[in-house]
Amino acid sequence: MKQKSLIDVLHDTQEEEEKNYLSRNKMIEIAKTTKISETKVYGVSTFYTMFSVYPRGKHIIRVCRNLSCHLSDAEKIAEKLKEILNVDFGETTEDGEFTLEESSCLGMCSVSPAMTIDDEPFGNLVVENISEILLKVKEGSKK
Amino acid sequence: MKIYRIHALICAGAQCIAAGGNGFEEALKNELKKHNIEEEVSVVETGCMGACQLGPLLVVYPEGIMYTNVEAKDAKEIVEEHFLKGRPVKRLMWKKEGEEEFPELKDIPFFAKQTKIVLRNCGLINPEDINEYIARDGYKALAKAVAEMEPKDVIDVVKESGLRGRGGAGFPTGLKWSFAANQDSEEKYIICNADEGDPGAYMDRSILEGDPHSVIEGMMITGYAIGSSVGYIYVRAEYPLAVRRLKMAIKQAKQAGLLGKNIFGTNFSFDMVLMMGAGAFVCGEETALINSIEGKRGEPRKKPPFPAISGLFGKPTIINNVETLANLPVIVDKGAKFFKQFGTEKSPGTKVFALAGNVNISGLVEVPMGTSLRKIVFDIGGGIPEGHTFKGALTGGPSGGVIPMEFIDTPVDYESLPDLGTIMGSGGLIIMDERSCMVDVAKFFLKFTVDESCGKCVPCREGTRQMLKILERITLGRGREEDIDRLEKMGELIKLTALCGLGQTAPNPVLSTLKYFKEEYLAHIIDKKCPAGVCQFSALKEGRKKHEAKIAH
Amino acid sequence: MEKIKSIEELRKLREHARKSLQVRSGEAKVKIMVSMGTVGIAAGARDVLMAIISELEKRQFHDAQIVERGSLGLDNEEPVVAVERDNKTVFYGKVTAEMAREIVAQHVINGQIVSEWVIAKG
Ligand SMILES: Cc1cc2nc3c(=O)[nH]c(=O)nc-3n(C[C@H](O)[C@H](O)[C@H](O)COP(=O)(O)O)c2cc1C
Ligand code: SF4
Ligand code: FES
Ligand code: FES
Repeated sequence: MKQKSLIDVLHDTQEEEEKNYLSRNKMIEIAKTTKISETKVYGVSTFYTMFSVYPRGKHIIRVCRNLSCHLSDAEKIAEKLKEILNVDFGETTEDGEFTLEESSCLGMCSVSPAMTIDDEPFGNLVVENISEILLKVKEGSKK
Repeated sequence: MKIYRIHALICAGAQCIAAGGNGFEEALKNELKKHNIEEEVSVVETGCMGACQLGPLLVVYPEGIMYTNVEAKDAKEIVEEHFLKGRPVKRLMWKKEGEEEFPELKDIPFFAKQTKIVLRNCGLINPEDINEYIARDGYKALAKAVAEMEPKDVIDVVKESGLRGRGGAGFPTGLKWSFAANQDSEEKYIICNADEGDPGAYMDRSILEGDPHSVIEGMMITGYAIGSSVGYIYVRAEYPLAVRRLKMAIKQAKQAGLLGKNIFGTNFSFDMVLMMGAGAFVCGEETALINSIEGKRGEPRKKPPFPAISGLFGKPTIINNVETLANLPVIVDKGAKFFKQFGTEKSPGTKVFALAGNVNISGLVEVPMGTSLRKIVFDIGGGIPEGHTFKGALTGGPSGGVIPMEFIDTPVDYESLPDLGTIMGSGGLIIMDERSCMVDVAKFFLKFTVDESCGKCVPCREGTRQMLKILERITLGRGREEDIDRLEKMGELIKLTALCGLGQTAPNPVLSTLKYFKEEYLAHIIDKKCPAGVCQFSALKEGRKKHEAKIAH
Repeated sequence: MEKIKSIEELRKLREHARKSLQVRSGEAKVKIMVSMGTVGIAAGARDVLMAIISELEKRQFHDAQIVERGSLGLDNEEPVVAVERDNKTVFYGKVTAEMAREIVAQHVINGQIVSEWVIAKG
């Protein structure tokens, strides 16, 4: 079998990193061990939206803003998230807990509007429940 | 073997979990324990049952009663009334509005009017238990292929069946296989394209979550047919549950000796690698996907050479879509004739659609090819929400177009849809009523394309951006009359000159909405009005008011 | 899990596994109805039900469907068990756990009605 794909290596590395990102040092290290040039490693890391070369929060929130969700008022959910977290898309909260990202369709269109936090899916979102969900996720990770 | 008098099937598909299904299962198990009937009731987590919008769902056998929108607090009543006293809880049962009767699962139109080949096991078996797959004829087709058939026979059956790729393009699967089979190469690869990214489409995810073994078996049959012993599954990273179920399925198949060396004592061996994507829609395009597996940026390659000749690591490679693969065990086991009794002559078999948008029951629907849109939306999906009217159906996501009311009786298949200016696509079906603005929809999909364009070629990278600018202008009430002509011309040009399918199909939503809803564009441009009331011209109005106020002073 | 080494082994496993999914087909050769109204439960219907399940299990008979019913209005005959087989329904009254095991062995599996305990036919 061929050696592990660079994509897999990047996934693994990012996962290990507490701040959910690929640091400069890590990318250089990967380039050395895989014998792929540094520019290529960087090029690949920046091509895919799931990789980040900047530090991110403990939890990644991905809000779907595609058509089905758009038709069921996903904008309001996005606005509410921004308001509660006091960040814009692509930013991380001050306490380092959450990074807010927008996502293309998450494949949960029939329970739209939808979002995921890390690996957990949330659907049929209503503005009133957002802070409760965030609180639960925050507390869940403390245990 | 234990006997359970009740099987309680809880949908553990991502949509039901997202709708809050997690708490219910725990509550149900607690109640069973409290009443000491854990030994009598088997609680089974299944994949998507199809009616996701009504979720979280619970189906209770032997009666076949479906409970919808169950919550943790309902568990007590279900156990005490139904499980202990045999009195189903009517309050939670699905029933048609205005009707008194509580139908059994098999009588609910949403389920009764479907034809399940691909989804044969979804929602009925526990996807994390290989025995349940085997009980439903799982791996029987693989056994038949490797023991009783020559690789060429397998290709012939698939050719004969007329199966066409379900990933969007509809290319005949058997024919594609024969290209790779004819290549003289020690190494060949099978890739399962599970990078489902079309907005509005979630059929593949549901199959992977609900019946992962059917895809694995399909890949192995493909491997045997073309002479390959390694398969890659490339799954979208946004689908963690599908990844988990696939991992488990691969492990169980290996333990059972169904995956590995010398399968069924023959000299056919097969190994499987699971790979996660990293959030790039264009990686669904087959050559971009190959680049991604090789660890590169997911940019499409020029074709030819086609992957069947020179694909992954330069070797002959067959890429098939999840749903295509899930059809294979049925075709090989039951024969081409069985398969061809469904669907139309040129598009045999069934198609799974992900029904979403302004429709009463949204979820997964499997129907014979050629079924009319009317039947899917009104008979199965229960029609448009009370008080609203059907305006159009979007097929093919950002590569497709809209079908207006006047064509609602068109059979949905690979031939008829292109005639209307749209495509079958992978199966996303978004229904819209009069509350949706067509210009807004077109803008939306185009914005998606602009975001997802890999940037490798100019027509797609720059052209779509220009088109988007025009559309944004129109939805802000600053459109000009010549914009329509510009959009059409640019659209046609991009279609002709873009390198890969993404760019080649990107103008479709714009061109198609222009074709059927031109007056809506004109209303935005000339009357500065959005007939559906979606686009806000307030900025413009306020600007004008201020201006007028100034003049008044 | 044992490795499946031949097609014959796959077939055997399939036959075996199929039985445990029988309930979900909603079809069965025999339907056993236990009346579980308040009176029935008070008279011991739970024990009867458990006996039926364990006897079916012991004999590995999977082609039966167990349905709970509300009271049939025959309170003085509770626990009542009805067996539907070959399009005929037979009601047994004052069933005990031992009787239930016998009914499973004779009637459910072999089609021999245990006439001395029958209170009604329908
Ligand atoms: C931009 C783009 C995205 C695509 N995305 C997918 C996808 O998510 N899943 C898929 O199966 N095919 C997708 N395709 C089609 C694949 O390139 C390829 O045709 C397909 O996987 C072949 O499998 P099939 O013959 O079984 O349909 C996409 C094509 C393009 C141009
Ligand atoms: S058409 Fe678009 S996505 Fe395809 S290669 Fe060109 S720039 Fe990339
Ligand atoms: S459009 Fe939001 S999940 Fe599909
Ligand atoms: S995910 Fe539960 S019905 Fe679709």
